[in-house]
Amino acid sequence: MTETSAGRTAGTATETKKFNIDTVENAARTPDVELPWAELGLKQNEFDEVVKVLGRRPTGAELAMYSVMWSEHCSYKSSKNHLRQFGDKVTDEMKKDMLVGIGENAGVTNLGDGWAVTFKIESHNSPSFVEPYQGAATGIGGIVRDIISMGARPVAVMDPLRFGAIDHPDTARVMHGAVAGIGGYGNSLGLPNIGGEMVFDSVYQGNPLVNALAVGVMRHEDIRLANASGKGNKVVLFGARTGGDGIGGASVLASESFDDSKPSKRPAVQVGDPFAEKVLIECCLELFKGSLVEGIQDLGAAGISCATSELASNGDGGMEVELTSVLLRDPTLTPGEILMSESQERMMAVVTPENIAAFEAVMDKWAVEYSWLGEVTDTGRLIITWEGEVIVDVDPRTVAHDGPVYDRPYARPEWQDAVQADAFTGSVQDAGRPSAPAELAAAITELVASPNMCSKSWITNQYDRYVGGNTAMAFPDDAGVVRVDEETGLGVALATDANGRYTYLDPYHGAQLALAEAYRNVATSGAVPMAVSDCLNFGSPEDPDVMWQLAEAIRGLSDACMVLGIPVTGGNVSLYNQTGTTPIHPSPVVAVLGKFDDVARRTPSGWKEDGQAIYLLGTTAAELDGSEWSNMRGHLGGLPPKVDLAAERELGEILINASRDGMVDSAHDLSEGGLAAALVESSLRYGVGARIALQDVLDRDGVDLFTALFSETQGRAIVAVPRSEEIRFKDMCTARGFAHLRIGVVDAEGGTLEINGVETMNLDALREAHEATLPKYFG
Amino acid sequence: MTELPLIGEAVAVAAHGSDIRQLTGAKIGVVTFPGTLDDRDAVRAVRLAGATPVALWHADTTLGDVDAVVIPGGFSYGDYLRAGAISRFAPLMSKIIDAANSDARLPVLGICNGFQILTESHLLPGSMIKNDHLKFMCRDQVLRVENNTTAWTGDYAAGQEITVPLKNQDGQYIADEKTLDALEAEGRVVFRYVGWNPNGSRRDIAGIANAAGNVVGLMPHPEHAVEAGFGPEDGSGTEGLGFFTSVLNKIVGDNK
Repeated sequence: MTETSAGRTAGTATETKKFNIDTVENAARTPDVELPWAELGLKQNEFDEVVKVLGRRPTGAELAMYSVMWSEHCSYKSSKNHLRQFGDKVTDEMKKDMLVGIGENAGVTNLGDGWAVTFKIESHNSPSFVEPYQGAATGIGGIVRDIISMGARPVAVMDPLRFGAIDHPDTARVMHGAVAGIGGYGNSLGLPNIGGEMVFDSVYQGNPLVNALAVGVMRHEDIRLANASGKGNKVVLFGARTGGDGIGGASVLASESFDDSKPSKRPAVQVGDPFAEKVLIECCLELFKGSLVEGIQDLGAAGISCATSELASNGDGGMEVELTSVLLRDPTLTPGEILMSESQERMMAVVTPENIAAFEAVMDKWAVEYSWLGEVTDTGRLIITWEGEVIVDVDPRTVAHDGPVYDRPYARPEWQDAVQADAFTGSVQDAGRPSAPAELAAAITELVASPNMCSKSWITNQYDRYVGGNTAMAFPDDAGVVRVDEETGLGVALATDANGRYTYLDPYHGAQLALAEAYRNVATSGAVPMAVSDCLNFGSPEDPDVMWQLAEAIRGLSDACMVLGIPVTGGNVSLYNQTGTTPIHPSPVVAVLGKFDDVARRTPSGWKEDGQAIYLLGTTAAELDGSEWSNMRGHLGGLPPKVDLAAERELGEILINASRDGMVDSAHDLSEGGLAAALVESSLRYGVGARIALQDVLDRDGVDLFTALFSETQGRAIVAVPRSEEIRFKDMCTARGFAHLRIGVVDAEGGTLEINGVETMNLDALREAHEATLPKYFG
Repeated sequence: MTELPLIGEAVAVAAHGSDIRQLTGAKIGVVTFPGTLDDRDAVRAVRLAGATPVALWHADTTLGDVDAVVIPGGFSYGDYLRAGAISRFAPLMSKIIDAANSDARLPVLGICNGFQILTESHLLPGSMIKNDHLKFMCRDQVLRVENNTTAWTGDYAAGQEITVPLKNQDGQYIADEKTLDALEAEGRVVFRYVGWNPNGSRRDIAGIANAAGNVVGLMPHPEHAVEAGFGPEDGSGTEGLGFFTSVLNKIVGDNK
């Protein structure tokens, strides 16, 4: 019944093709041949460097490899000099749980009891604008393969999404496609989707951000790395066949071919096959279980070029591969195209000769196609042949690691001062600030129905959050929580956050605010924050303004990681996110991973029990610049909320201890939308209201009721405390010197949210407003 | 037969199984196809109910000595062609069909994709098409147990309402009117959606049984509602466990 199951051996894959093969010998003989390096995205100085490295002009196939591997996406050439700070600003204390750091497919963190966790966040932005369904779907596929490559079983995914204006005609196209793609692919893999973000802003209109996070778990002994060691070990490519999808610039190399009957309309965006990926996951885990692979690498950006050069340069340094052995779904592909194809659901592994039979048995069991491409050598050269003729002969390090590195010029934009001087308070948009009880109730309702603050259930209901049976918490709670060990309840929590408006106003502090919020979300759930992964979405690095934003954000983020004591273990940089010369808001999306000794201790974001005391932790200042309220009124200027990482750490410890010792039944962090949003969300979570009085807050902090409700001052949370725990909880806050005020009680009877000075709000009406927004625009 | 789920629970299956066997001696097989997703969840449900889970592989040619079989959810063969259409041809399916139709009446439960496989195999009538709203839907769903005399529902009261997760893309149950009338008349509608019909299923049907009551299929997922804190937030969160204890009681009762 599985006609596609037969594994193929070398040499049978490709029909003999009439290519004008540009061999290494030919390249040496014909130094003056014009090559399309500019069309492939290389700059003059980069091409010159390739020639210098090789001591001759590159062959067409070599040019294909260098051009993709030296691209911004693969080489981090603009950001590398700045990213070093993530590795430099690390203390020994921060390293103690890091089993694998930056540079591998994903970082690995020790969870204890012999368990390890690996997670990473990546972007798939431009493909998701061109073809939202496949772009988003293959974003999930790629990040999941990164996790498998580490030897882990993937256990959950998350998706931070940023789209254009909610009412722009093109937004629905991108939104529908991306959400369906994430669901269609992720749901088919059996990975629960446990959270994410959704932001609408016109700056993302022509450049949506579709980021994807995956997390996996493994036993320590199962950790695998991408390297090819051991002379004589075999190199195998397995999974889906290699096709013409996802070949960007490589088509300019089509002049290699005499055959002009090629399929002409191939998608530049890769096409995903989730079933193939699911089978690949199980198949890889079975390989790991049997210790059948020495090294493994997924094929993502730059396909075989990346996999061969990275495996070889991370190992003993040499590899020989016969390219005609690659199984193709389009037999007209040229060598350069095969090297660059980004066809999905493929993996490359290194297998000892003794394990070949066992490896093939696993492939046959899962009906996965494979082909043996060559073997590991100790020559220090990556040699790729086409029917025995050498078309690539390079030092793999020069392809994978020694790409160009740029110190791009950067400078604080001239407009930054003017933007920062334009505070919301007193601005034109601030006219008619609500103050009467009815106005405030209307304002709160408007806030929770606004595009960025409304219920995301229209999206999350399209994702499977149950599969695996280990999801302890998911959206809309502050963090997603997954159990790792059924015996002990050991588990992890994850949250992702970013605020492009804050980062636009002040990139250094804006990036820190993203980290602070993700950290706070994880701590609010009750987990101990352990590690960071970041996806840095920015505009063009060739624009000094943008480059300054990127440099400042990285500096801010790495400084803040030091203060919070959690290391960056991996991530991704996505540049050139702009439409014409207009860049997106700088959007560093930060994911924080935390640990639970027992996920049963998790704290949900909503209250349930009548009469429990509601406390506000932290103080409130008048910080409306960059807030959701100012955004709703069309204003963006001033300075983002103040960062106080010491306070975040203190608050985190209070929330973690409260969870561990059973002192709180619910906790919700205050972030976008401030106290107003948090009170509504905690009430709607289980449909249980509250009676709130904020006079003590107003008196203590010297703010008015509107500010208390809508300010986005950081380092705050609301918690519901059982009466029996109140004294103990207050004593803990007092002992730690952390501001806390009792602001009300849970009211399970009224079905309303009552706030003194605000007209009483009916929960049903609030829910209707909260949930109606996405269906109104997206059906 | 020799296949065990990979990583993590694989060890747990064997370790737990040996203890619990002494309790009941009942062995419940859980079938894995390429693309099956909820097999480990079904194994866990069987274990929590007190039976011994036995991992079955679609290419196996014997059922061994299992006392019942669960065909779990997922996207077997990617749902390509049509959900369940390829899986029905698996070697193990012919054994399951024979055992279900034999005098021994092997209890078989098909959940979601498993239900689709059972209709494709003609063990159950009708079919599933795309949800009427055309989207994948994941939610906590209230069901009414219409028939508590099947092999898989004996521990429920007739008319009892339970909350279990629902998650699918192709969950709209359809059949011709004559078949639907016959199912109703024979009491073979086992579960009905309550409150809201989440996919446009005919007559709010969530699950059905064969005439003998040993084969049951449903779209919602009882195996995701077996452990407090990891299932639906409404109700106890464990209202799906009854499926597995029901069949266990049936097996133990039959063996007395």
